[in-house]
Amino acid sequence: MSDTSIQELMQRRLIGRSELEDLIVVPIFAVFAALVLGALTMLATNVDLATIGQSYIALLKGSVGSLNAWSETLTAAAPLTLAGLGLALGFRAGLFNIGAEGQLLMGGMAAVVVGFSFADLPAVILLPMSLLAGALTGALYASIAGWLKATTGAHEVISTIMLNLISYRLLDFMLRMPFIQKEGRADPISKSVPEAAELPRLLTFVDVNLRVHAGIFLALAAVAVTYWILFKSKIGFEFRASGENAEAARFAGIHSSVIIVAAMATAGALAGLAGANQVLGVLGRATPGFSAGIGFTAIAVALLGRSHPVGVLLAGLLFGALEAGGRQMQVDAGVSIDLIGIIQALIIIFIAAPLLVRAIFPWGFARQKGGGPQP
Amino acid sequence: MSIFVKPLQFIAAAALPTLAATSMAAAFTACQVTDTGGIDDNSFNQTAWKGVQDAEASLGVTGRFLESQAETDYEANINSLISGDCDVIITVGFLLGDATSTAALANPDQRFSIVDFAYDPTIPNVLGQVYATDQAAFLAGYLAAGMTKTDIVGTFGGINIPPVTIFMDGFVRGVNHHNMQKGTSVSVLGWDVESREGLFTNNFDSLDDGRAFAQNLYDEGADIVLPVAGPVGLGSAALADELGTDALKIIGVDADLYFTDPEKQHVYLTSITKRMDATVLAVIEAAMNDTFEGGVIVGTLENGGVDLAPFHDMEGEVPDALKAELEALRAAIIDGSVDVSM
Repeated sequence: MSDTSIQELMQRRLIGRSELEDLIVVPIFAVFAALVLGALTMLATNVDLATIGQSYIALLKGSVGSLNAWSETLTAAAPLTLAGLGLALGFRAGLFNIGAEGQLLMGGMAAVVVGFSFADLPAVILLPMSLLAGALTGALYASIAGWLKATTGAHEVISTIMLNLISYRLLDFMLRMPFIQKEGRADPISKSVPEAAELPRLLTFVDVNLRVHAGIFLALAAVAVTYWILFKSKIGFEFRASGENAEAARFAGIHSSVIIVAAMATAGALAGLAGANQVLGVLGRATPGFSAGIGFTAIAVALLGRSHPVGVLLAGLLFGALEAGGRQMQVDAGVSIDLIGIIQALIIIFIAAPLLVRAIFPWGFARQKGGGPQP
Repeated sequence: MSIFVKPLQFIAAAALPTLAATSMAAAFTACQVTDTGGIDDNSFNQTAWKGVQDAEASLGVTGRFLESQAETDYEANINSLISGDCDVIITVGFLLGDATSTAALANPDQRFSIVDFAYDPTIPNVLGQVYATDQAAFLAGYLAAGMTKTDIVGTFGGINIPPVTIFMDGFVRGVNHHNMQKGTSVSVLGWDVESREGLFTNNFDSLDDGRAFAQNLYDEGADIVLPVAGPVGLGSAALADELGTDALKIIGVDADLYFTDPEKQHVYLTSITKRMDATVLAVIEAAMNDTFEGGVIVGTLENGGVDLAPFHDMEGEVPDALKAELEALRAAIIDGSVDVSM
């Protein structure tokens, strides 16, 4: 069939040398350049050299230097990876979904409501049920934007941004509904979920303060599933074909409106899972700020990962490490948390401009005319 | 206070190892976790941090802080300080209440102190710092009622939690007290003491919200606004700066905003100060002297834990009669003859 031959063709391109360079070499140099520029920024703000050195050591120590550091890195990476996978899938389908934040909030909210509403159920039923509720609600919320685009042509960037704004207020409103709001509190905060609905913490037998939880397995499973959907399934091929050239895909007999809604729903499900991961694994309840901007950071994660599931996982780990390490930078060197934000932004800028990175570090890349695969 | 008795020996104790090895310099480390307002919020977190800085200056301790950017950071930030070498961890804000108790119960040997939260029953290794803010806010309400030209004043809060609404309760009751005593009919927009409903930005960080909420209150006729939302109030001050202080005055909270917000200092009629710096310093001192015990310390008008800041630039605008009434009212609140809770 011509379908499979095209698929093979596209796959070959996807794991080609240039793709490999974009996936691994460019990010490494981008991070390096960002750290150098970050150091210059610190210098410009009158931070002395010793402190800069100390702060980068703290960055390393706080992200990978101890068991607790790994635990924090993984805890931060899980939701970023989940939401990033959803966005990556959307990007592959040609949908620039800005709505992960809202989908994450709605998904997390649903997971909490199911969690405390069926508190008597055993963990084997309640936990999957809560996660499923999160995924489904995220999918439904994202499909609104997909449906609007499919039927009316409303651009998904606009509609997802607006849906984000709606989700903030909807969350505020729902958190004050009597059956959701925690007893005895006047501020917007939900009841806590029972232990049976929580993603179990993995290392509390070593140290009670280690926060890493089963959500990291959820994220790994999602990487595998997303990879399968994108590159091994028929609908994934249709996603990618629509993303490459919507017009051509339509002439090839792909129903673009169905694809749009399906891609948005899948992306929303993953973002919803990210929300569920936060409330069931980290907080144990929902509050107005539980999304913590993960839905927006995940856009950077998806772009940094070149919209490839494995790349997204690596990018998620990097951003998780930056978050965990940033905390240590504050503790050890007294450097502002805002600086981590600057470094993250610099990384994104360099990643978004691969040609710039190639121009700065020409010796890091194979010459265009060179033959044979690179190691 | 016994500040003058102890510091010498501690400075000596801290200075000696400094000569021997620099790594020993941190004889005592006090660590602070902020809420999402951040360390430089000009009010809430900054005032608490000033307590640590004062301890650095007078007791020779080392201070560290961690800023929280989101609710998901609270537990992580506390944990990363536990793995460090903090002799006392000070968490700032009601919203850190659950995270602090969880960490304190899991780490019974670590001393904690939390601002704006009291545990019932008390936790042996946590010292809560709470404030009878309504006493000072009552004075502010009385002052506002005496100063308003439109007979309408306004308030709004960050999040509907007790340490915020206690300001609003005191303010509204102070206005009512003025109405009762002087036969005025000043009304307060933004907070209903009975239904516990009012205007809330639902965050402690958006200056835009501070501006928008103050604008709404101004549009409804309020000429004095009390924002109870940490840095959010700076947005309200910016609006008052543009409109002019004849049209809109702001009452600050937590710190004396005349000093912490020097660019807009002329818009502040006064500030309801909550001396977290004093209580934090006292907690650090107690922890150093091993007199630290779990429980609660309460800041009141009587012990200076809460107060009304001077009028500064507005000194001339406040009538002398009103100043005298405020002095009398202050004495009456302290001796209990005026009840601020009704």
